[in-house]
Amino acid sequence: MSGTYLGMPAFPEAAHDAVRNPTLRRNLRHATHTIRDKRARAVAELEDWAGLRAAAKAIKDRTLRHLDHYLVRLEQAVTAAGGTVHWAADAAEANRIVTALVKATGESEVVKVKSMATQETGLNEALEAEGIRAYETDLAELIVQLGDDRPTHILVPAIHRNRGEIRDIFAERMGRWGRPAPDGLTDRPADLAEAARLHLREKFLRAKVGVSGANFMVAETGTLVVVESEGNGRMCLTLPETLISVVGIEKVVPTWRDLEVFLQVLPRSSTAERMNPYTSMWTGTTDGDGPRAFHLVLLDNGRSDTLADEVGRQALRCIRCSACLNVCPVYERAGGHAYGSVYPGPIGAILTPQLRGTGSGLDASLPYASSLCGACYEVCPVAIDIPEVLVHLRERVVQGGEATRNGVRVRLRPAKGHAAERAAMRAARWALDHPAALRAGQRLAARTRRLHPRRLPGPGRAWSDTRDLPEVPAESFRDWWQRTRGGEAR
Amino acid sequence: MGGGGPAGGSRDRVLARVRRALADVPRGERPSDVPVERSYLRTHGRRTAEETVALLAENLADYRAVVHRTTEDGVRDLLMVLLARRGSRSVLVPPSLPPHWLAAADPTRVHDRAACTTRQLDAADSVVTGCALAIAETGTIVLDGGPEQGRRRITLVPDHHICVVRVPDQVVASVPQALERLDPRRPLTWISGPSATSDIELDRVEGVHGPRTLEVVLLETDRDGETDREGEPGGDGGDEDDHDRGGRDGPPYADG
Repeated sequence: MSGTYLGMPAFPEAAHDAVRNPTLRRNLRHATHTIRDKRARAVAELEDWAGLRAAAKAIKDRTLRHLDHYLVRLEQAVTAAGGTVHWAADAAEANRIVTALVKATGESEVVKVKSMATQETGLNEALEAEGIRAYETDLAELIVQLGDDRPTHILVPAIHRNRGEIRDIFAERMGRWGRPAPDGLTDRPADLAEAARLHLREKFLRAKVGVSGANFMVAETGTLVVVESEGNGRMCLTLPETLISVVGIEKVVPTWRDLEVFLQVLPRSSTAERMNPYTSMWTGTTDGDGPRAFHLVLLDNGRSDTLADEVGRQALRCIRCSACLNVCPVYERAGGHAYGSVYPGPIGAILTPQLRGTGSGLDASLPYASSLCGACYEVCPVAIDIPEVLVHLRERVVQGGEATRNGVRVRLRPAKGHAAERAAMRAARWALDHPAALRAGQRLAARTRRLHPRRLPGPGRAWSDTRDLPEVPAESFRDWWQRTRGGEAR
Repeated sequence: MGGGGPAGGSRDRVLARVRRALADVPRGERPSDVPVERSYLRTHGRRTAEETVALLAENLADYRAVVHRTTEDGVRDLLMVLLARRGSRSVLVPPSLPPHWLAAADPTRVHDRAACTTRQLDAADSVVTGCALAIAETGTIVLDGGPEQGRRRITLVPDHHICVVRVPDQVVASVPQALERLDPRRPLTWISGPSATSDIELDRVEGVHGPRTLEVVLLETDRDGETDREGEPGGDGGDEDDHDRGGRDGPPYADG
């Protein structure tokens, strides 16, 4: 993934700072509670929500179990409609392909509609290194780009910024990227949006190359779908002469009809609207309307590795609605930066360590960035059992085991830093396998209960600092049973 | 083309990885063997054609589109008033907009042509179009590039869009009904209210890049009894994953 995130501290350290930032916590709390309440109302309007959710899950499962079939079919359909399909095994290859395509047009700037896939590959930085400037055109992405910042939320990437901060960023930075902000810019959202409109419009009107992602790709017809609100997507998709879409291979759906499910569940889960303001659908190129050249770059970058894990595979059902972020008590307090990835929150905690592997300290810490409360699973429109995958990944981190990296089966060693956990689990297993030793240990613990410290020593200390240790009972359950009922017939 | 290495190399590599990753899927399992239960509803609630139009109006207004209702006799005066109220001096028109719609309007008509630059489009005050259909349950109008709608860009760049929907003929109840009637080979634009953002402290602001004002004219057409689509049974109910459906017919509605 993007080099921006290299060297990020593990989740606990990053979150440690975030929870001490009162502005961040206030902004996040307001945002997550507002969206989650609205979402609940939008979902309640549909009496068949459970059926839609089940169908969405089933369609994605069908797609994933036959992904090769659908990708080949998609390629045929896009090609037949006048598009060109490219395949990228990893981020570097995707960036090389896009850079070469842009250079072939002779242009040195591109307009971009918000795209998780190109954030994941670090495309903007790769283009910059080749002398090509990429302009983000989603309002929130513009705030992030001008502020030299990183997104913190999938849907509203600049939600950690309040209006005063945004005003300062616009006033100070817009001039360096093009049309400066108007003099005397206030912090009213309408004025800030107007400044963005003026700043970006000149870029839209002269742009020759657009770069996008896509929410869905229909294998049957070769149709791509982009769902948005501001119209910047429509600008990028229809005004340039060349359109390059970088899309993860998991975004394919089998049939045109399948959109009837996803166009109902996505807006309501995401922005809590019946329908988002703008949805664009295009199939290859159309004479006289829109770009003359269309390139689709199909991105793997760890997705086939994720597919190889039968438990973790379900993370690829994700349609990036961000509902799980807004209900997560951990995300609400830690914010998106702490996850060290373009995919924050509960879905990031299971997707990132699968896409990137659990080799780094940060990635190994992500499966623990959760209280396992299950709220994320409840709201997920494609029913990803995020807690199940978290526990599965924790086991992989602690125990090691089989995984696929870059298409190759590898045996992972247990991650560093989990020695105490592993030792405790080994000891527990041994004790439970040896009832006599367990009984003796329980009696010893009971007899010495007055002497136990309130805090654990050594590596257990951090754990006991924030928790009350359970009282050791005077007598174990087994001894109590033996004493009171031991004589009874079974 | 470009990029690193032969295109076939990465294509084959990615497909091979995907196939290896699916080693647990039994050989011989076909996509249609993975069940997709479609027990969800084709429409939410039963309504008469008039009630469906009323719901469309309500949902459009809820997302801050301005809704007007008129008849064939009233449309030219209504459009004149709407453009005058806005102070529009020039109005973009798609190739086959019914001429009588704008017969009473003053503004200069700018006919969209392939040669029109984006700057010229940006200079237009308003745009008037028809639509392919409208979806009542979501308050959505859908454009498919037909001759009454023109290219996608003409409804995007001007700040004021007036869209005429023929009711009840062009109104469907739900998203599933809309997809049945649309042709995926055409470029499609779904519009639900004016352009909006909630990126600044979640305050909704209308109009960032698309038109800041969307006015929808519900134009009542004479009913001949045959166009009543309400109460029509839902989809075929069969599992649709037939890969050999082949070419679709054109859109089942007329464009002019």
